[in-house]
Amino acid sequence: MKIKTFPYMIKQGLTGIWRNRGMSLASITTVSATLMILGLIITLVLNINGIAYMLQSQFDTVQLYLEEDIAHEEITDIGKEIGAIDGVSYVEFETKEEALDNLKEQWGDQGYLLDTLEDNPLPDSYIVHVENIETADSVVDELRKLDGIDEIKYYQDIIDNLLRIAGFVRTIGFALIMILILIAMFIISNTIKITLNARRQEITIMKYVGATNWFIRWPFVIEGMLLGFIGALIASGVVYFAYQSVFDIITTRLYVLFSGYMVTTQDMMTNVTIIFLIIGCGVGILGSIISLRKHLKV
Amino acid sequence: MIQFQNVTKTYNKDVQALTDINLKVEKGEFIFLVGPSGAGKSTFIKLLLKEEEPTNGNIIVEGKDTTKISRRKVPFYRRSISVIFQDFRLLPNKTVYENVAFAMEIIEASSKEIRRQVPMVLSMVGLSDKARKYPHELSGGERQRVSIARAIVNNPSVLIADEPTGNLDPETAWEIMKVLKSISRRGTTIIMATHAKDIVNEMEQRVIALEKGRIVRDEQRGGYEYEN
Repeated sequence: MKIKTFPYMIKQGLTGIWRNRGMSLASITTVSATLMILGLIITLVLNINGIAYMLQSQFDTVQLYLEEDIAHEEITDIGKEIGAIDGVSYVEFETKEEALDNLKEQWGDQGYLLDTLEDNPLPDSYIVHVENIETADSVVDELRKLDGIDEIKYYQDIIDNLLRIAGFVRTIGFALIMILILIAMFIISNTIKITLNARRQEITIMKYVGATNWFIRWPFVIEGMLLGFIGALIASGVVYFAYQSVFDIITTRLYVLFSGYMVTTQDMMTNVTIIFLIIGCGVGILGSIISLRKHLKV
Repeated sequence: MIQFQNVTKTYNKDVQALTDINLKVEKGEFIFLVGPSGAGKSTFIKLLLKEEEPTNGNIIVEGKDTTKISRRKVPFYRRSISVIFQDFRLLPNKTVYENVAFAMEIIEASSKEIRRQVPMVLSMVGLSDKARKYPHELSGGERQRVSIARAIVNNPSVLIADEPTGNLDPETAWEIMKVLKSISRRGTTIIMATHAKDIVNEMEQRVIALEKGRIVRDEQRGGYEYEN
């Protein structure tokens, strides 16, 4: 194809979309709806993953809360036993008083609320630092066998759960997306079929005069691609505004702690827009190629 | 120029459309292809246009065996063989000029060439003053002349005319024949399938008669010899 032919192809593609506005609108809507759902899935998965990994890096410790009325020697014994477990790097003892101070610090401005407590409800605890986050599970198994322990607080549980939720959202979401993409492709291929039929006579003449197959096909491929492209742009815009407002609500009104771990709108949109454009154009091109294969014998 | 060597075309195993056709056409010849309906004229044309492939035998055009042209090269082959039809096949939403220019646009001719070539062929077919008209504003004869202009604008070496006068009254038909004759004089080979007895008889050109898929007659300065 010569370069000067390119504007001709684009023009033909746009004409096709315009002449056939109803179906074009349907195609664009399907593509953008599909991509918006994909956007929801991507933002959920990325944020859940982000929080999970943040937790993982900050809490590579296992906290053991000791039983209330336990003897001093027993506490020392437990400490020694913990130190002997494989995979334990070192052990810290945290008295209930220290625990309360730490909590006050964490609560920051609201820390004064704790001053009203009559009794310190927090237990003494051991903070076990593991050598390696991967072996944390086996260390915890060993710890559970010890006597005198009330509760083991172990962030790996939460992390695992978060990752499981993210995985679940991803699997179900992508299955859903595959179905939606197929529907979008089907609708686009039908749209192209209508343009194809409208230009049937022109195509016959083109063939007799000796137009190459790709010269005949390009306008339709471009039409499909434009439908997908427009759909992707709309979806990107919607996801941008939606994510921005959710991000604002979470960071300003809800949980200040959370905000640092959310993917910023800018980072999110760079990825999402690229993914959307690739999928949008891809679906459009494939849709029109399916239609051309079925209905255009060249 | 064009050579058919033992060409046979069978549809669906038992419908024998053409049987053992041997034929030689020289450059610049004007040939009438006659015969009753179903004799194989359409198949003959389809084979030349490479819309169909022969079941057996070879078709050689300008020294090239058409049966060996790859699918990708077919469009380029078709640029050397053009065709006009009984029903003109013009694009209704394009003007006369645009219809002719369209044939050049789709083979990606430069706009400079288009601006030079289109007025030239329009004047050859006598339609210079109708360039801005749309097909529905033209008479049947004028429409057929537009389709001829479109067929010759890319300078093909062969022009196939499939019943070009079938929809026209005798007087208009003769106008078309004059145009075709003048194109033939410029060295374009013309193969015209027709039922127009008077035209064939009066033109006194080479006549090839097909019946039941076989060549039954091939004579220079021949006549029609069928009752319509």
